[in-house]
Amino acid sequence: MKRALENGDFLPLCCQRGFSSLRSYRWLNKKIGSKLLPFEIAAVLFLAVCAVRGQAADVTLIKNGTILTVTKGTIENGNVLIRDGKIAEVGKGLTAPAGAKVIDATGQYVMPGIIDCHSHIAIAGGVNEGSVSVSSMANIADVLNPEDIDIYRDLAGGVTAANILHGSANSIGGQTEVIKLRWGKPAKDLPFEGALPGIKFALGENPKRSGFSNPGAARRYPATRMGVMDVIREAFSEALDYKKAWDQYNRRKAAGEPNLIPPRRDLKLEPLLEVLEDRRLVHIHCYRADEILQMIRVAEEFHFRVATFQHVLEGYKVADEIAKHGAGGSTFSDWWAYKMEAFDAIPYNAALMTERGIVVSVNSDDASEATHLNQEAAKSMKWGGLSHDEALKLVTLNPAIQVRIAGRVGSIETGKDADIDIYDKDPLSVYAVAQKVLIDGQVYFDRQQDIAHRAGLEKEKKALMEKEKKAAEAAKPAATGRRPGPPGTARPPGTTPKPQEI
Amino acid sequence: MKMKPRLIPFAVAAMMALVPSLRTRAAAAGGAATPSHVYAISGAKVVTLAGPPVEHGTVVIRDGKIAAVGASVEVPADAQMIDGKGLEVYPGLFDAVTDLGLTEVEAVNATVDTADVGTYNPQLVAMTAVHPASELIPVARTNGITHALAAPLGGGGFRGGGEVISGQASAINLAGWTIEDMLIRRSVAMVVNWPSLQTRSFDLSTFSLRERPFTEVKQEYDKKINELADWMERARHYAQVMDKGSIANYDRDLKLEALAPVVRGQLPLLVIAEDKREIRSAVEFCDKQKLKMILGGGSESYKVKDLLAAKHIPVILGPTQSLAEDEDASYDQSYVTAGQLAAAGIKIAFASFNASFARRLPYQAANCVPYGLPYQEALKAVTLYPAQILGLADQLGTIEPGKMADLIVTDGDPLAIPTQVRYLFINGELTPTDNKHLRLYEEYRKRYQAPK
Repeated sequence: MKRALENGDFLPLCCQRGFSSLRSYRWLNKKIGSKLLPFEIAAVLFLAVCAVRGQAADVTLIKNGTILTVTKGTIENGNVLIRDGKIAEVGKGLTAPAGAKVIDATGQYVMPGIIDCHSHIAIAGGVNEGSVSVSSMANIADVLNPEDIDIYRDLAGGVTAANILHGSANSIGGQTEVIKLRWGKPAKDLPFEGALPGIKFALGENPKRSGFSNPGAARRYPATRMGVMDVIREAFSEALDYKKAWDQYNRRKAAGEPNLIPPRRDLKLEPLLEVLEDRRLVHIHCYRADEILQMIRVAEEFHFRVATFQHVLEGYKVADEIAKHGAGGSTFSDWWAYKMEAFDAIPYNAALMTERGIVVSVNSDDASEATHLNQEAAKSMKWGGLSHDEALKLVTLNPAIQVRIAGRVGSIETGKDADIDIYDKDPLSVYAVAQKVLIDGQVYFDRQQDIAHRAGLEKEKKALMEKEKKAAEAAKPAATGRRPGPPGTARPPGTTPKPQEI
Repeated sequence: MKMKPRLIPFAVAAMMALVPSLRTRAAAAGGAATPSHVYAISGAKVVTLAGPPVEHGTVVIRDGKIAAVGASVEVPADAQMIDGKGLEVYPGLFDAVTDLGLTEVEAVNATVDTADVGTYNPQLVAMTAVHPASELIPVARTNGITHALAAPLGGGGFRGGGEVISGQASAINLAGWTIEDMLIRRSVAMVVNWPSLQTRSFDLSTFSLRERPFTEVKQEYDKKINELADWMERARHYAQVMDKGSIANYDRDLKLEALAPVVRGQLPLLVIAEDKREIRSAVEFCDKQKLKMILGGGSESYKVKDLLAAKHIPVILGPTQSLAEDEDASYDQSYVTAGQLAAAGIKIAFASFNASFARRLPYQAANCVPYGLPYQEALKAVTLYPAQILGLADQLGTIEPGKMADLIVTDGDPLAIPTQVRYLFINGELTPTDNKHLRLYEEYRKRYQAPK
């Protein structure tokens, strides 16, 4: 029995039925009176241990790996003790309490889970409410799709949390949400609890529809960068007028005025007021140095701070201005030249912005790119000379800081969520492969398990297709003799071979 | 050579500053239009790919070619010396399918020359449109790509429609004042975008995804295949007339003339197809028509590898950093495919199929190594094997005397991210590793160093 308990995979029946040690003891006492036979003592102790062990099931020890804490250096042959989904201890020579699950990370690298600061995965039915230039009433949180296979694929690439954004079709886009990639959980369990909500703005070519226009539809304002800035200014101006109306109403109500009719609620303008009150983070898709500067001036005019400039591929040209404003920069590693405003993009962007004091993250904007953000971070060591830890921060602590979840994630420190990646090699190497990914202390991705299940899944798929074929044959109408077509490709659109900016 | 990483761009810039002086010396010495410079890289680890690496080797370059390579090679008196101590020499990387030189800014149509109007354009040749001063070329070569197959990729694929035969791909060196300077071979393969059996496509006219019934798609597909067969048939007749020498007696047809080498089995078809049904159909077509086939793209090639192996069809894989179209595919399939094909005896190469992402080529190869493709195979798949697949192995792909001197001298593994290319030889010329990105980086660093 002792060995079974240490093994960690043996749960006696009594524990499974949730007997508490006290209840068991009382039951035993009643059964045999006040006299406890040795057998009963053993049974009581056994049950007591069961109860304790029920709690110990939530303990995991990752042992003997190279721990890349990101904030407190690297620990060789280090351990991470996880309890109830949080990092309980980090260091050398930790021992696992009895019954803890042990993950042997010998020869492997343990780092904080990767955070993708610009993602469009897990969104059902379209990323852009592109019919209007201000769509702040639309909310990504309303359309989270927990069954998007890209959640699993990005998880397998080490991503544990992502900033799920509306697209860049509009000067002011929809509301956004940070999620954890809890594959297998329903939509309600994806959002990162307590994370501030966000909203997406976009500058430049995309919101001004430079490359295309919807046929048959009237051209939508704006068509110039002037118009883009105007749309934003008008929206905030309107939002302030809306606030004035409510403030007035509230004043009069407080003064006891009877029969007051409140102003009509405007769900489009309220998110903008939340921005002004620092209750909603603004993420702004932008490219050119001039539009970045224009946006900073508009933000200053309306007294709010941009949380992140996204893409910000010319951020290196106005890095001091961005740093002074206090916005973060979330950029690509080495994308460029796919459109005119990306023609001056350089792979030194992340490093140069970092040098000038901006909190910089490297993001994906693409489900495929998100499967190798560890490598994308490494590129800033080559292009711009960032150190190993500075590069790691680009996809861990920095994105966490940018969406204000750094108190919970982004480094391996006691008290933080146990969102952890285990790689077989230094994660900043092209040859590194993610082996396990934990979120809240649970293993959500295990490469060996994935591989072990493949044959079984293939068999199951074949059986299902056979079943469908037989059913289709049986349903065939004999009269017309028309054959039903082969199974269609009923899956979400795949990604193109090269990454696409959205 | 240990150097603070931050100083490397400056080192590279310093190196670049040296290069003009070397060139000037040679020019002053009466250098003609053809390369006549003599170089010797000594004391480096030379990975020839034609045998075991030479640990402290010397490579001598003369008149555009590799003159000698070995552990104890005589260095000519007129050679410009490059100290290779601590460095490594590799054959330059070969981007086997790319639109480098044909596309500048993808979203700006005026700068894109990869796809034309019409469905069958075998007469179009990439080298007639290559832009030698493309900013994208120096960016790609700084990361180790010395030569490429510029291919008219056609506008189809995800966007639907487009050419079936988009023209001939040309092999070019990624350096030169004019296309004549750059050209390795004018016509290397005939690019065919295999008609699609996809029911779902992106319709630009409505700017949305469009789902069509399979029967409709199949009808269109069959029509195109029949047209393709018809073109081959007509080309065969035309070729016969050409062979008979009666060309004076009839009207010249440039399209059929372009297809003649294809039907003679001399010019391979580079068939771009991803879906397994399309691949299978293309293999059957080429088999029946007796055409040489190279498969390009091939993301589902692993599903039909036995067929590809049996028919000896080489595969130039598209970017491995991609997601499988099939939701049920293994999450790592795009990395696993190369190893699976290689194990089945299929010759593979990697290619970017892109211009601005071309510099990722070495990483596309490296990413397959942990998933079953041995490192040496990955390295060869971006050097020797593309040369072999494209019929250029007599000139490129290894460091052997007599071959074109397209070489890179690096401070480490050319497939790994931190590695810098210290010296670049293209067609025997020491080529600057300067590019637009480095220039912008240095220019804007000055902004922050300037006193306020």
